[in-house]
Amino acid sequence: MDETASYPPIEPSNFDLIVIGTGLPESILASAASATGKTVLHLDPNPFYGTLYSSLPLNELTSFLRSQSQPLTPENDESTQLLTLPLYSSIEINSLSSEPIENSRKFNLDLSGPRVLLCSDSMIDLILKTGINQYMEFKSVDASFVGDAEGNLGSVPDSRSAIFKDRSLSLTEKNQLMKLFKLVQGHIGKESGEDDLISEEDLESPFVEFLNKFGLSQKLKSIILYAIVLADHDQDNLENCKDVINTKSGIDHLALYHSSIGRFPNANGPMIYPIYGQGELPQAFCRRAAVKGCIYVLRMPVAALLMDKDGLTYKGVKLVSGQELFSNQLILAPCFMIPSRLTPAAQVANSYDVGRRDAKEKVARGICIAKSSVEPEAANCLVFFPPKSLYPEQKTTVRVLQLSGNVAAGPSGMFVTYLSAMCDNAVEGKKLLDAAISALFSLPICGNSENNGIEKLSENTDSKPILLWSALYIQELTMFQDSFNSISFTPLPDEHLHYNNLLDATEKLYQKIYPNEEFLTQTNLPEEPVDDDSSELD
Amino acid sequence: MHGRPRKAPTQEEQEASSLKAVKLRELQSQLLNFHRNKIYTKEAVDISTKLLESNPEYYTGWNYRKLSVQNLLESALDSDSVQSILDEELRLVENALKQNFKSYGAWHHRKWILSKGHSSTDKELRLLGKFQKLDARNFHAWNYRRFITALKEIPDEKELQYTTDMIYDNFSNYSAWHNRSVLLSHLMEAREGGHSGKENVLGEEFEFVRSALFTDPDDQSGWFYHLWLLYQTLKREPLLITSWPSTGSNIQLSVNGYLDGQSLLPVLHFQSKARKYPIILCFNEAVEGVSSSTVTVECEYHAGDDLIWIPLSANKLDFAQAWLTYLNFPDEVNSLKPYSVKITVAHVPGITSLSGAPCSTTHTSFTVCVPLNDLKHAEVQTMERISWKEENFRARATQPQDANLLHSLGYLKITMENKPSASDWSMETIFTEIAHCRELLSATNCKIGKLTLARLLMAHNTLISYSRPNDGAEIHYDEILALYRDLMKMDPKHLCYYEDEYSLALLKQLTSNTESLLKYSYEYQESTSPSMKSSLCLRLNGLSLSRLGSMECLLWVQMLDLSHNKLRSVEGLEALQLLSYLNLSNNKICSFTALEPIRMLKALQVLDVSYNEIGAHSVDSSRYLCSSPMNHAVGNDWNFEEFANGGIKLNDHWDAFLVFKDLNLIQLEIMGNPVVNDQLKAFLFKIMPALKWLDGEKCN
Repeated sequence: MDETASYPPIEPSNFDLIVIGTGLPESILASAASATGKTVLHLDPNPFYGTLYSSLPLNELTSFLRSQSQPLTPENDESTQLLTLPLYSSIEINSLSSEPIENSRKFNLDLSGPRVLLCSDSMIDLILKTGINQYMEFKSVDASFVGDAEGNLGSVPDSRSAIFKDRSLSLTEKNQLMKLFKLVQGHIGKESGEDDLISEEDLESPFVEFLNKFGLSQKLKSIILYAIVLADHDQDNLENCKDVINTKSGIDHLALYHSSIGRFPNANGPMIYPIYGQGELPQAFCRRAAVKGCIYVLRMPVAALLMDKDGLTYKGVKLVSGQELFSNQLILAPCFMIPSRLTPAAQVANSYDVGRRDAKEKVARGICIAKSSVEPEAANCLVFFPPKSLYPEQKTTVRVLQLSGNVAAGPSGMFVTYLSAMCDNAVEGKKLLDAAISALFSLPICGNSENNGIEKLSENTDSKPILLWSALYIQELTMFQDSFNSISFTPLPDEHLHYNNLLDATEKLYQKIYPNEEFLTQTNLPEEPVDDDSSELD
Repeated sequence: MHGRPRKAPTQEEQEASSLKAVKLRELQSQLLNFHRNKIYTKEAVDISTKLLESNPEYYTGWNYRKLSVQNLLESALDSDSVQSILDEELRLVENALKQNFKSYGAWHHRKWILSKGHSSTDKELRLLGKFQKLDARNFHAWNYRRFITALKEIPDEKELQYTTDMIYDNFSNYSAWHNRSVLLSHLMEAREGGHSGKENVLGEEFEFVRSALFTDPDDQSGWFYHLWLLYQTLKREPLLITSWPSTGSNIQLSVNGYLDGQSLLPVLHFQSKARKYPIILCFNEAVEGVSSSTVTVECEYHAGDDLIWIPLSANKLDFAQAWLTYLNFPDEVNSLKPYSVKITVAHVPGITSLSGAPCSTTHTSFTVCVPLNDLKHAEVQTMERISWKEENFRARATQPQDANLLHSLGYLKITMENKPSASDWSMETIFTEIAHCRELLSATNCKIGKLTLARLLMAHNTLISYSRPNDGAEIHYDEILALYRDLMKMDPKHLCYYEDEYSLALLKQLTSNTESLLKYSYEYQESTSPSMKSSLCLRLNGLSLSRLGSMECLLWVQMLDLSHNKLRSVEGLEALQLLSYLNLSNNKICSFTALEPIRMLKALQVLDVSYNEIGAHSVDSSRYLCSSPMNHAVGNDWNFEEFANGGIKLNDHWDAFLVFKDLNLIQLEIMGNPVVNDQLKAFLFKIMPALKWLDGEKCN
């Protein structure tokens, strides 16, 4: 507490809401609350915005990962100190190049990558509705591929023109695939009262069975399930599949994907990515909150919670500066932990969403840096390794997003690749990521390299980019604390490629806290540059 | 851009547009005033700018603009001022196009300015890029693009790549496919002697478009391009396919036109005095330029005068598939010795198809026996009525000796010996396309795919007929007919088209070989009058025909029964110059003008058009290209006063007059048509003095 003097006191000291952490859900909530006239104080102990959703330079990323991997032990039993939840584990940083990475400060590495926006998803709608696109710029993801263990990348024919162009599909496959796309469009676009193109029974059945009925080849099924509908688990193995996608959600996702193509004239594909990283997104929401009167203080750790005399009712927070601030509501990023002494006994064991998900499940994330692209034709691209594509026991999809200097993921000439895969434990997670990495990159030969990758490497070494640096870590997906009385926790970064589920959870949380308030209404800002009406001649 | 429903204007929009209209009217009257008085002051020109920028559809405005530019250019002192005048025009057009990028006037004005030189074509390409981004199919932009690329001399290969990119972007682009066909035509033409070049190009293009067809079979743009490729594959030089008399035949003539003992004698009585004999040449497509200089006729006793070739075509163009001339036998020719006639169609510049391809050299030769010059005999004409009774027809097929007779005389010989064969490449290509089309149809039930398969099979049959005469193997007529029957059910909107195509395929099948044609061949003998007899009779009744085709195989027919079909038109009949008896009863002919081809049948004596729909529709909407005094196609020399007496007006019956005035009918059946009344009957007697029977009544 040496720096106490350097913290100026915050005025006023009473708020409707205090938010700790500037991750995406926290920022959206702060923005929504201040838009309805609430007084909001938004704090973050870090010197940067974004918390679990930030984009950081190389060294900051490593130190943040490490800081979030060990629990802070409480000073004493009586403490009301705010603790750190160990979210990350098995952190493994490899510097494979003999020289240090140049311009390491110029990287904007996403903590919870890979993640992109679908042009028609609810997140984009929210961005346009709130007008925060004026603070951001986007670039389209050039292409999607499906990969195999050898690193061969096949394109994903996801639109009519892509099907037409694709040389790897047979004529019959082209016909079948387009027929499916048309059926889905017809089904989604039908007027109420018209006959259903897809029966109710089919809609409830597993999507994979519907695709089988359609007579699609294994290759096409795999493309649709894992590269378009973005399934995580092996849908061919219905009995052991943890998340069977039914036809309804399958075609809903297909429809979302298709409506995303061509929504914005300058986006080629269905997906876009924010320049300077996904950390821009929480920051933009924070700016909007600030415009509406929210007070921001970074580098301000909270020392302890202030509880009522009964010791169970929340009153306010005590900052490391020693100042005490009070609010009716407190929202905490999920990387914080409240001493169990304070939480009602019944709530302790409850996970955030037990029942939907296997509590054991985690997500393995990886970040790779190389000097060339995994696919010469595309600078920013997605690669999907469906279950069983890397090795026979592979149970979940490995998703890969490569970004180049043109979205400022790194200095120009550098390529940053994010990987993620669902897993039950660190060993499985690392195996998934390692397999994908060795399929895509050639590793500089060194003593401790694992055996089976080497043979395959020698064949394609020259064409594959050389891996210079990598970080692998396991992130928890389940939180064992739930909101109680006036304290709420925002959701953890999920395993998905998009923000839809996060946004849903955030909106639900908002409505729980403020059941009578609207969630981010339309602002009357000038028309956005990404809007589809920018078809003027000049 | 396409397929978006138009929204009804709101109250405010309506008010705004009426306000705009008032302003525009004001500007327009000002401009017309300047235009009339040739005022090209800056103020006047500014008014026109204002007007055209808000309403580029005002064509007079553009004309005024052109005059003013010319006026300004005359007084322009240096190239800088010329440049600024033209730049101002380009700026105006650009603004006008922003208002409406499909304005013909604006695009035309831009072309006019560009053709003056001085302007940067690079800038034009950039502008086009913007317009094509707005609407990739905008054919104005594509048209202008062709103009600019020609001006800039951009190589066709580069432009071809551009269309590829556009098609990759969205293949549902008629304009891009069309431009591709234009560019490839140029490229294939330019590759001198590169026949294999053409084959490679077309092969690649078939593959390219196939991806589009399989991806979205319901999108028609690719199919249109496919049809163009198919046409290119089948395209060949025009050639002579049949003639009358047919090659190698041996014909005996008589003047009375009936069977004379055992010899078979076609009718010639109407020109018996001159002893003219018709010769007909049929080509595989409409050609022009058939004349005594392109066709040589070698005949021992030929009178030597230059033969005049007449195009047998219902329309007034100089193109026809069938051409007619008469061979004159001078009176001195008086022996029964056979004359041999040899006709050579020379490969000289002259006979060309609509696409300009020259005809290849072919020969045909036959022998003719000319009868004794017996004028008395010639004037004997039948007074009996043809009843068309069923029992009067005797099937040919049951009479082997008759069949042999017909064979030997070559009447049914329907292939030429010197037909050039189809190339292996086009045969293979059609095979491949048929296979792919079947594959597609097995996965997708699509109309245009079925239509294409039917067309491909038809093309296949045509190619086979070129290479192997009457082989009979792998002929797909039944499948084609089944496809068209399917299409009629699937797509009733285009029923008439499918019926027509069905009819053409059916006729092709019936005439494809001697055996099948024999089944429809009959001998006719009027029971009440044994002398009334015709052995060259064909019955194509009750076959649901809506259109005629394959007439080149029926040049020998003298008596034709087409009753109980669905004929809406008789186009094609004009080639049957020997036709004397024609039954068209119980069809769907709905106007006299639909019978126009019959005007050319100089041998026709008996016509039955009873129970059709003539007069049932006030306007014959099925035929919009018919001759009429209204469009000055006919009637310039008609005397409309001539028939004024007796209450008959030519005005009321000009269409009947058009068809019947030049015919020498002896017998006409016309009952069962709404148009028939006593007045019409009287009119018909008046214009056809030779008429003996009308609707079964003998006239005096």
